[in-house]
Amino acid sequence: MAAPDLTTLTVSAARDGLRSGAWTSEELTAGYLERIRSVDPSVHAFLHVADELALVKAVEADRVRAEGHGEPPPLLGVPLAVKDVLSTQEMDTTCGSRILKGYRPPFTATAVERLQAAGSVLLGKTNTDEFAMGSSTENSGYGPTRNPWDLTRVPGGSSGGSAAAVACGLAPGALGTDTGGSVRQPAAFCGIVGLKPSYGRISRYGLVAFGSSLDQIGPLCRSVEDAALLLEVMAGRDPRDSTTVPEPVPAYSRDLDGDVSGLRLGVPEEYFIDGMQPEVEGRVRDAVEHMAGLGAEIVPVSLPHTDMALPVYYLVVTAEASANLSRYDGVRFGHSAQAGSMTENYRQTRAQGFGDEVKRRIMLGTYALSVGYYDAYYLKAQQVRTLIKRDFDRVFRQVDLLICPATPTTAFEIGDRIDDPLSMYLADVFTLSVNLAGVCGISLPCGTDAAGLPVGLQLIGPHLGEQSLLNAAHAYESTTDWHARVPDPIA
Amino acid sequence: MTTSDKSPHLDHDTVRAVADLARLNLTDEEVVRFAGQLGQVLAHAEKLQTVDTADVPPTPYVLSLANVAREDEPAPGLSQEEALANAPEQDRGFFRVKSFFGS
Repeated sequence: MAAPDLTTLTVSAARDGLRSGAWTSEELTAGYLERIRSVDPSVHAFLHVADELALVKAVEADRVRAEGHGEPPPLLGVPLAVKDVLSTQEMDTTCGSRILKGYRPPFTATAVERLQAAGSVLLGKTNTDEFAMGSSTENSGYGPTRNPWDLTRVPGGSSGGSAAAVACGLAPGALGTDTGGSVRQPAAFCGIVGLKPSYGRISRYGLVAFGSSLDQIGPLCRSVEDAALLLEVMAGRDPRDSTTVPEPVPAYSRDLDGDVSGLRLGVPEEYFIDGMQPEVEGRVRDAVEHMAGLGAEIVPVSLPHTDMALPVYYLVVTAEASANLSRYDGVRFGHSAQAGSMTENYRQTRAQGFGDEVKRRIMLGTYALSVGYYDAYYLKAQQVRTLIKRDFDRVFRQVDLLICPATPTTAFEIGDRIDDPLSMYLADVFTLSVNLAGVCGISLPCGTDAAGLPVGLQLIGPHLGEQSLLNAAHAYESTTDWHARVPDPIA
Repeated sequence: MTTSDKSPHLDHDTVRAVADLARLNLTDEEVVRFAGQLGQVLAHAEKLQTVDTADVPPTPYVLSLANVAREDEPAPGLSQEEALANAPEQDRGFFRVKSFFGS
């Protein structure tokens, strides 16, 4: 039996090897658990590892396959990792927060349930900025994750654990969540593929709420085909999430033909700004040229309200977060300070359980929603959000997709921005608008900077435009080699 | 990529009043630090006031779905035991809360 190279194995190759009998799920799962044991102490991508439970599920998957009743489920025996903001009944779910230490949800998120129904094996839960609030995974209450390309740098965030795990072969694919860029930005920093589906495409049931009008689950993987595969398993209407859209789910992975001839690709001028790292601009401009060479028609376009996205986002998302996080009261679940009176127990429980960034965002959101400031901040932000959405509506009448950078810089050093919230927020300046408009976006590797750090290309599509988005990304990926690069081995 | 926007400090009493609304105890050090940091973010947000939004409706939510209801079919919910499994304190099948008189 040929042992697969786990540092480059994709979800689809893992599945194919399981189908052909080249390896068993037990072998694959044991191989990943062994890598996690040896590599993760240096990277800290995982908060919880499933160990025995994963092996039990793998053996069960092998048995189902051996018994062979009809077509096996699409991901039977494929090991995957899941960001720790997604509820899992069989494993703790902490959201990277001390306030949820030891919390075991009584239910499992729909997206995870669908991956499990498709036969996949849960390897563990990955590190995240606390409640997904951050762009570097430094805000985790359990210590930062390190970037496998350079352990002194951040992996991005908030899905930094999932991105780092996939980048250094601790899982062939993983789930993240993206509220303002938290799948695409870490994918860019770690040199992998990250998809933010359209709002409503994947159920948010069991995703611990942060910014409910913006949150969306998305896959992080080594190939565009893998992103398509995971999307088609998870997507679709869910009676437990009233914001899921009723449109049928295409067989995204089957219809990746890589043909972009005649595709109109818009280049938004506002996404090439002063102060961005010149190498990032250079690699992205090269990618635009490359797509032109494949037959795409390049069209300069404008999204005039782009520079308003950052303030709009930080007012909308903090307002929603301050309401969503009011549930952490030390009564029904999670940490309790055991203070003498009820209100004092709320105050102390939250003071002890939340980290700095979560406190800042609760404060900002509470302020923006409070009497006297509501119209000036929250309502105003929602009105400008309308203008941002209209920019996209208008531009998608001119072009099929947009092409631009995923981030203004490559991965920064751990500690560099942690005390300067606004500079941290700027790491998401090219991804936020996509969430505000509810459209879909994907980040994929398109080169490196002088230090060898990955640069991320972003493609953006209209609402429910995933097929065309994935197809264009696949066209780029299948004619370049950037996705095949892996970081040096980590001891 | 500059963060050198003018950083007015929110006054400390406002920070304390907001923390009170959010049921969040802050130390004096946090009050000072958050006043500066939140002031900086709010100063950045001031540029929204330059956008003309007369007659622009707000977008609280991007979809046009409305009045979504599932079938009203009885189904098992959480058992009392499951619902209480994570409670820091419980008493005879209830969540136990701290005394709220005089708090």
